Amino acid sequence: MSEESPAQRPISSLADMKEYRGIFSWIASVDHKQIGIMYIVSAFVFFIVGVGLAIAMRIQLMEPHAHFMSPETYNQLFTMHGTTMVFLMAMPLLFGVSVYFVPLMIGARDMAFPRLNALGFWLYFFGALMIYFSFMAGGAPNAGWFSYAPLTEKAYSSHPGLDYWALSLLVMGAGSVATGINLIVTVLTMRTSGMTLTRAPLFVWMTFFNSFLVILALPALNAALVMILADRQLNAHFFSPAHGGSALLWQNYFWLFGHPEVYILILPAFGVISEVIPVFSRKMIYGYDFLAASTVAIVFLSYAVWMHHMFATGLSYLVLYVFAGSSMLIAVPTGIKIFNWIATMWGGSIRFTTAMLFATAFLIQFTIGGLSGVAFAAIPIDWQLTDSYFVVAHIHYVLLGGTLFAMFAGIYYWFPKVTGRLLSEKIGRLNFWLMVIGFNGTFFGMHWLGAAGMPRRAYTFLDRPPLTTLHLVSSLFSFVLAFAILVFIWNVVRSLRNGAVAGNNPWDAWTLEWTTTSPPPVENFEATPPARGWRPFWDFRKKEETDHD
Amino acid sequence: MIERNKLGMILFLLSESVFFLLLILAYAFYHTSGELGTKAAHALNVIQSGIFSVALFSSSFTLWQADRCLKDGERARVRFWLAATVGLGLIFLVGQGIEYARLLRDQITISRNLFGTTFFTLTGFHGLHVAVGLALLMILFGLSARKNGSEPSPVAMGSISLYWHFVDGVWVVIFSIVYLWGFI
Repeated sequence: MSEESPAQRPISSLADMKEYRGIFSWIASVDHKQIGIMYIVSAFVFFIVGVGLAIAMRIQLMEPHAHFMSPETYNQLFTMHGTTMVFLMAMPLLFGVSVYFVPLMIGARDMAFPRLNALGFWLYFFGALMIYFSFMAGGAPNAGWFSYAPLTEKAYSSHPGLDYWALSLLVMGAGSVATGINLIVTVLTMRTSGMTLTRAPLFVWMTFFNSFLVILALPALNAALVMILADRQLNAHFFSPAHGGSALLWQNYFWLFGHPEVYILILPAFGVISEVIPVFSRKMIYGYDFLAASTVAIVFLSYAVWMHHMFATGLSYLVLYVFAGSSMLIAVPTGIKIFNWIATMWGGSIRFTTAMLFATAFLIQFTIGGLSGVAFAAIPIDWQLTDSYFVVAHIHYVLLGGTLFAMFAGIYYWFPKVTGRLLSEKIGRLNFWLMVIGFNGTFFGMHWLGAAGMPRRAYTFLDRPPLTTLHLVSSLFSFVLAFAILVFIWNVVRSLRNGAVAGNNPWDAWTLEWTTTSPPPVENFEATPPARGWRPFWDFRKKEETDHD
Repeated sequence: MIERNKLGMILFLLSESVFFLLLILAYAFYHTSGELGTKAAHALNVIQSGIFSVALFSSSFTLWQADRCLKDGERARVRFWLAATVGLGLIFLVGQGIEYARLLRDQITISRNLFGTTFFTLTGFHGLHVAVGLALLMILFGLSARKNGSEPSPVAMGSISLYWHFVDGVWVVIFSIVYLWGFI
């Protein structure tokens, strides 16, 4: 399928790249492509660990009064599951895809600061190892992924798990800020000739705005972390009410980071969807300007909604109303995006490849997650459902049904570019349907569980009619979901060995990364076509149909 | 287009300002919610710290001079102004050390009460930033003092200047809130 590439190289897989041979070429690498791959692979390793923790919890919750594990272990598992999925899996996966594809999509040789890029990765990697080391150092953290004070104070949690939690997040936070800075500078200073910001692919736009969220939200977490470390290590009193400190200060600081964080986890996924849907609908993206501008609105609003995580803490009515209003408002720019994607598909000649299937499922599942989010913005509903399984359902619809499905769309779309081999569409379809069934089976019933009064983070539950059945159903479907992940791994391993050779542009796509070979050479491009519109590669090949912006 | 290292530095400082903002907000929060203000007024030596603060503020001026002389190619003056900047920064850190030593002698520690907790965390992190800045300035000075005619690149000088002015500006805010607010 490859076409018109100047001087076709014989390279058709990562194993053919002589520059990538030997472990040292990876450890010492400052190549954004290798660092991107290392991010993605590490994220996947931790993803499998996180899935393992979740499955262990689902086994414990299969029947009432089960004793598969002790309550103490259960606390460690849900803490490590949340922390792993947010910090060790989702963020590095998004960073990996970003540092791999942003330079390629803007026609650059590498990131603006290649060594800072490597530093960002290694800070993440060793931070991640540090938090798992806690299992061997007296017990993993056990206060939930948001570690509410004063439970996290030394007086209530004396074992060192939480110190590892805070230190590890601090290290990874520093790495994230470094990568965020790097991405912004790269987008601003490294674009190829003719690629004005208004012609940059939407994935680049989303990553660009997302990086501002990263550099402005992570320091809020870092400040809170140094304060809790001071409390635990130096007997300071920031969050200890017994000495006049305020436990709510932690909640404010954590969610001032935490709510932008959920947008950090979703914006790059939006970017992936904005690349995949137009290519497989054979249409220009509908409403490029609105997609970019609504992202700015999300970035600003995401800093003004954090207290909706704290509706149950006795806030004044004025504060409640303001934050309920802003939380509902943020659904508007998000809704605009959904309509843009649907409008892009509307009337297109859609090719339902695996990537497109995942993108379509993303639209539906993310909308469900978004709607339950708007429901939470209504204060009485929040008061009724807060800390229940309804929240668990909501967060998984947004982050698993949303972010992860979008990232799977991205992986099926870009895997041929990264490795030179196509993933099997046949196994891909199996992977997709198992995942849709497993995911919805596991989490849809949790809305009902929450409404029936099942509290989240509870080690076990009473034998009452809806709870017993719903938990059992959820657990059974979670095995399907885990099996879907195994099918995916099988697909990756199989395709790396003997997948079909992808060629430069297997999907007939139009952004710059598809102009170079698959996998791209170390220097990325021999020559980049000048960007004259939103689809530079399309314009280059079909001059008579050039887009005019 | 702005030079890329300076842009990176500006973004880093943007990120740092959120970090400091939250530490300052924590101080201000406890200041208004308890008797932190009176404790601060009793414990701190405003006159002495004010004098040492002037050293830090004037170091921004000397660094600006160094930056200007580098652009004009006056190497001897670059050396002089950089040395002055490092000296003034050191004087500030010594002043902070004296203040800390006195507080600790008076049994005011990070674990004594909320004033100690917030004061030491906030000023400690600022002091750490000053120390990092001094290390960077000493590297610049080392480059300009070598015999082989090397000199710091204008980009390095510019980026580190941004950092130093930022640390200086943060101290203006911290000094106003921690030292002056207690007396109002």
